[in-house]
Amino acid sequence: MRPFRCEHGRLVPLDRADVDTDQIIPKQFLKRIERTGYGDFLFNDWRYDAGGRSRPDFVLNRPEYAGGAVLVAGRNFGCGSSREHAVWALQDHGFRAVVAESFADIFRGNALKSGLLPVTLPPAGVRALLDLAAQEPGSEGIVDLEEQTVSAGSLRYRFEIDAFERRCLLDGLDDIALTLEHSAAIAAHEAGRPAWMPNVRRAAVGSS
Amino acid sequence: MTSRTLFERIWDGHLVAQEPGGPAVVYVDLHLVHEVTSPQAFEALRLERRRVRRPDQVLATMDHNVPTAAAGAPDEVSRAQMDALERNCAEQGVTCFGVGHPWQGIVHVIGPELGLTLPGTVIVCGDSHTATHGAFGAFALGIGTSEVEHVLATQCLRLARPRTLDVQIEGDVPFGVTAKDVALGVLRAVGTSGAAGHVVEYSGDAVRRMSMEERMTLCNLTIEAGGRAGLVAPDDTTFEYIRGRPFAPTGAAWDAAVAEWRQLRSDAQAGFDATVSVDVATLAPTVTWGTNPAQSIPVGGAVPDPAALSDPAARDSAQRALEYMGLTPGTRTNDIALDAVFIGSCTNGRIEDLRAAAGVLRGRRVHEGVRVLVVPGSAQVKAQAEAEGLDAVFRSAGAEWRSSGCSMCLGMNADVLQPGERCASTSNRNFEGRQGRGGRTHLVSPPMAAAAAVAGRFVDVRELSEARAS
Repeated sequence: MRPFRCEHGRLVPLDRADVDTDQIIPKQFLKRIERTGYGDFLFNDWRYDAGGRSRPDFVLNRPEYAGGAVLVAGRNFGCGSSREHAVWALQDHGFRAVVAESFADIFRGNALKSGLLPVTLPPAGVRALLDLAAQEPGSEGIVDLEEQTVSAGSLRYRFEIDAFERRCLLDGLDDIALTLEHSAAIAAHEAGRPAWMPNVRRAAVGSS
Repeated sequence: MTSRTLFERIWDGHLVAQEPGGPAVVYVDLHLVHEVTSPQAFEALRLERRRVRRPDQVLATMDHNVPTAAAGAPDEVSRAQMDALERNCAEQGVTCFGVGHPWQGIVHVIGPELGLTLPGTVIVCGDSHTATHGAFGAFALGIGTSEVEHVLATQCLRLARPRTLDVQIEGDVPFGVTAKDVALGVLRAVGTSGAAGHVVEYSGDAVRRMSMEERMTLCNLTIEAGGRAGLVAPDDTTFEYIRGRPFAPTGAAWDAAVAEWRQLRSDAQAGFDATVSVDVATLAPTVTWGTNPAQSIPVGGAVPDPAALSDPAARDSAQRALEYMGLTPGTRTNDIALDAVFIGSCTNGRIEDLRAAAGVLRGRRVHEGVRVLVVPGSAQVKAQAEAEGLDAVFRSAGAEWRSSGCSMCLGMNADVLQPGERCASTSNRNFEGRQGRGGRTHLVSPPMAAAAAVAGRFVDVRELSEARAS
C-alpha cells in the first residue's frame, strides 16, 4: 500500500448524503479482474447521460474541478455494496482523500486498506468546506495525516483517527504481514476449535 | 462472570490476538467467496506467493454474473470473471460450486441450506448482505476485497470491536405482513446509517415466532441500516432447520454442537450500547417510494412531501429521490403503474418466498404488459419449487421461471430494467440505477410483488387474499 502522509489538491464538493457505492461505480464496471482502470467510470451515471455524453452540470465534469484530489461529501458516504472497486475508482481518478460527516463501515475499511484517507469531520466543518469549494472553485485542500488536519483557505480542522490506523497509513504497512506475526496464536486457536465447526470437505450427503 | 451479549460471547470465543492500541485479530470459521469481489484477492496472493491457509473453510460459488435464462450465455467479460474464479479455486484447492452444480446459488442462500452456516461461528464474505447468516446466531459480516485477500491468507480478520444495538421486535404480526415488511419497518425506525458501527441483535417475541427463512430476510437488510452484522439468538427453530443438511455436524459432534449453541444468548442483564423498539402490530404491507430502503410507506399510503421534512439532508435526499423515481408528493401507491416485477434475491429468493408468491398467483394472470421474472435463490430452491409444482403456477400465470442467481437484484447479467421502467422488486436496494440505468425500483415482499404483477400496479395483497377466501 502506498503510504499517506500529507496530500494536497483541489477540493471537489459533492453535497449529498447517502452516496452509495452503486453510484460511485455502477455494477457494469465490476467485471474486470484487475484493481486498476476504474477511474473513467467513477460516478458514471451522474457523469454521463445514457448516450455516453458528458453532463456539463455534474461537478466532476466542470473544468474548474478537474484534477480534484479531495472529495467533500455528506453523511453516510459509501453505503451499500461492499465493492472495493468504489475505492479503486476514486483513487484511479486522482482522489487521495474523502472528507465526510460519516462513512459506511465497509467503505471506510476498504479505503484504509487501499490508502485512500477517509476523514470524518463534524457537520459544520464539512459544510464550510463544501461552501468554500462551491463559492471558490479550484480551492486547494491540504490533508495532513501526521498533523491530523484538513485545511483550505482560512479553514483549518483537526480530525480524529485511530492511532493504529494512522500508523498503518503513514507507513503503508501490509496487514497480512502484521497478522502473520500472530501465527502461533492462530494455530493455537485452530487446535482448540470443536469438531462441529463448518468444514467444506465434510459433506455427509454426496456432492455430485 | 459478567453479563455478556450474544455478540460478545461469539467475539470473545474468536479473539486470537489484540494489537496493542489497535484492532483485534478475529478467527474466521467460514469464508464464502463469489466471482465479483475475489479475483483481485487471489491475484494478490499469487504475486506475494501466498497460499490459502484453510481451503477446508472456504466455499466459492458463482451468483452475481450468471445468466438465468434457459438459453442464456454470459457476456465475454462475465465469462472471464467466472473462469478466473474456477482457475483460482483449482490452483488454491478451494471448493467451488459453479454454474450447473446442483448446490450452486446465491452465496447467502447456499450457506444456510447446505448446513455450513452454523450458530456461534464467524462468517465473512466479500458481499454486504453477509448479515443474512446472522439469522443463525453467527457473527457474519461483509468485507472488501483487501480483506478477502487477508482472510484467504490468514483465516483471520482485523477488526475493532463493534458496538451493540438491541432491536426489540414485539407484537403480533398482522395478517399480510411479512418479515420483509418488518425489516423495512426497522429501517424506517433506525435510518440508513443508524446502525453504523454496531452489531444488531434482533430480539423479542415476534422474532422468536419467525421461521429461519423469515429471520434471514430480517437479518439480510441489516446492512441497509449501516449495521456491521445482524444476529438472532439460536433456538430449537434454528437447530431443526440445520439438522440433517449436507454439511451439518452429525452424531456426537451434533450433540456437542447443540449443547454449545443453547448457551448462545444475551444475558438478561447484558448491556447494549443502544436499544430500539419496533411494534409489529402497527405495520402494514410496505412499499418503498424513494432511492434508499428507509424511504417507505404502507400500501395505500401517499408519497410524502419532501418540504415537510425538517432535516435539510433528508429533504434534499427525498427531493432527488422523487425526481429520479418520477413521482410527485401525494401520489397513492395504488396509482403507481408497473412495467416489471422481480421475485428473487438473497433477501427473498428462498422456498417460503416462492410459495408465498405462488399462493397469490395461483389461478391468476399477470397483468398485460408487465414482465415478471421469478428467480430462485439457488439450484436447490429451484428443484424444490419444481417438485412442488410452483414453476407451473408461475408459468401459467405468465411469469418467467429462471435459473438461480442474483439476477435483477443488481443487474450484472442480462436481467436489467430499461431506462424509466418501474419495477416491484423483492430485493434489497432501490438505489438509483441498481436494477439497470434509469430503472425505478420499489421494494416489497414476495406476496406484494405477486399481487402487483396481477394488478399491474401496487395493490394491498390482503384484499386479493380476502377475495380468494370469500
